[in-house]
Amino acid sequence: MKTASPFLELDSVERVELSFNGELLHLPDGSNLAAALLASGVDAFRKTPVSGAPRAPFCMMGACFDCLVEIDGVVQQACMLEVRAGLEIMSPDTTGAFDEPA
Amino acid sequence: MNRRDLLVIGAGPAGMAAAAKAVKLGLTVTVLDEQPRAGGQIYRDVERAAKARGAMLGKDYVYGASLAAEMRESEIEYLSGSIVWAIEDGFRVSYTRDGSGAQIEADRILLATGALERPMPLPGWTLPGVMTAGAGQILLKQSGVLARRAVLVGTGPLLYLIAAQMVRAGTPPLALVETQTRSDFIRATRHLGGALRGWRYLAKGLTMLAAIQRAGVPRFTGATDISVEGQDRAEAVVFTCAGREHRIECDTVFLHHGVVPNVQAARSLDIPHEWRADQACFVPQLDGWGESPVAGVFIAGDGAGIGGAKVAEIAGRLAVLKIAEAAGRLSVKERDQRAAPLRRMIRRELAARPFLDLAYPPFAGALAPVDETIICRCEEVTAGDIRSAAKLGCLGPNQAKSFSRAGMGPCQGRYCGLTVTTLLAGANGQTADQTGYYRIRPPLKPVTLGELAAMSVTEPVGKE
Repeated sequence: MKTASPFLELDSVERVELSFNGELLHLPDGSNLAAALLASGVDAFRKTPVSGAPRAPFCMMGACFDCLVEIDGVVQQACMLEVRAGLEIMSPDTTGAFDEPA
Repeated sequence: MNRRDLLVIGAGPAGMAAAAKAVKLGLTVTVLDEQPRAGGQIYRDVERAAKARGAMLGKDYVYGASLAAEMRESEIEYLSGSIVWAIEDGFRVSYTRDGSGAQIEADRILLATGALERPMPLPGWTLPGVMTAGAGQILLKQSGVLARRAVLVGTGPLLYLIAAQMVRAGTPPLALVETQTRSDFIRATRHLGGALRGWRYLAKGLTMLAAIQRAGVPRFTGATDISVEGQDRAEAVVFTCAGREHRIECDTVFLHHGVVPNVQAARSLDIPHEWRADQACFVPQLDGWGESPVAGVFIAGDGAGIGGAKVAEIAGRLAVLKIAEAAGRLSVKERDQRAAPLRRMIRRELAARPFLDLAYPPFAGALAPVDETIICRCEEVTAGDIRSAAKLGCLGPNQAKSFSRAGMGPCQGRYCGLTVTTLLAGANGQTADQTGYYRIRPPLKPVTLGELAAMSVTEPVGKE
């Protein structure tokens, strides 16, 4: 989910291409991934497994786990990662689809 | 595997200062820190950010670069990006770095894991766009990312600091919605003497307030009934002030009503904690050097009780004096001589604290939120769920897990633990100490099977 960004970026750093839920984004290379996604206008990083409510970064220091994203099949905290070219970032699957037989 | 004299966990002010001092005293030291670069949260990414925007962030922040440089230039094994997930007796510490597990042994451990924002559960606080004030600062420090239309909600000096920084950056907040009242201030004046001894802090606070006022940022004090409205994200802050309801539209809400010790690592080691009423949180039991009842485990900085960055730095050095003496690098006499001036500095730095604690108390409406408020963000458990559990006979937070799943999500209780203790204590007419806290067990942070499989496992720790 991407809207006009509620955030302003002060630094101009070389940008690299990556994707979030299939959408191509150009984010500052080496910057904090959660901050860069927020600044690019990504509103909700994921939906909760309990009620499906949207969530986005809350603490930015690796404590709250609200900024969880899935990269290469591993669910990780976006605020503890850095932007790299080619990352394929997904919202973690919270639909329970994993439990169904293939 | 090599065994270190001292293992420091956390590279904030306490950890950085302690590590540098320990090396000077001849100890072998490893520092494990979660972040890619040193500084902790208060000095997050300070060596880079001080260069990029030091003037905006202020002198107190830029100062942290000297601590980071001192650590970088010392003979310290500094392992950035290391996520500690287990601390075993003896001591053996397990952590993840670069996608694989690893272990390290040490004679003594210094926990310098700092503070967390005090949880501030309000209706709507889980919406995207609502963050801690600390998160707002981290966005600004590390990434140069500023909220265009933010409302700051809560109480305390950090709220003024971030507002002042936003003013300097050219994007002042839309409003400060503050929860402290005039009677809090009057109650605090009995500690004015101490506050005047710590006059530097007060002077800084007044300077920041003046800058906020000059920028025309509206301030509301004594706010109650605060909630965040919005469908899929924060759209407005609603509150009552002086009997009138207000609604301020915004994109971002920064919450803050104090910080509390991050007790995860200490609790996993069964270090006893006690409730500190003046700071409304649990603090670990420590001796005058920061050593816990678990011999060889020291705690310095905000994790030992909130004192701020300068106290953390000095307390880190103080702890190292006892560590060095225990390791035979200092005599008891040398240790005590060197400690005396450090203790005087800590007393001076803490002088304004009792005044600040009373003038900016935690927001009562978030300590005991209304029933429908989510208090466990991970499992979406409400304050009402906890009160119902109490009615059914639930006395403590660990039992509350079975009743409600509160504290069982990925954050492992970091952002609901104090609320659950407070709610249960209130409902059951018990003290926080009687009610207790979550039992914290390893892994302290999630670890994948792949990371475990890639780990080179050491022999069990043998006591020397």
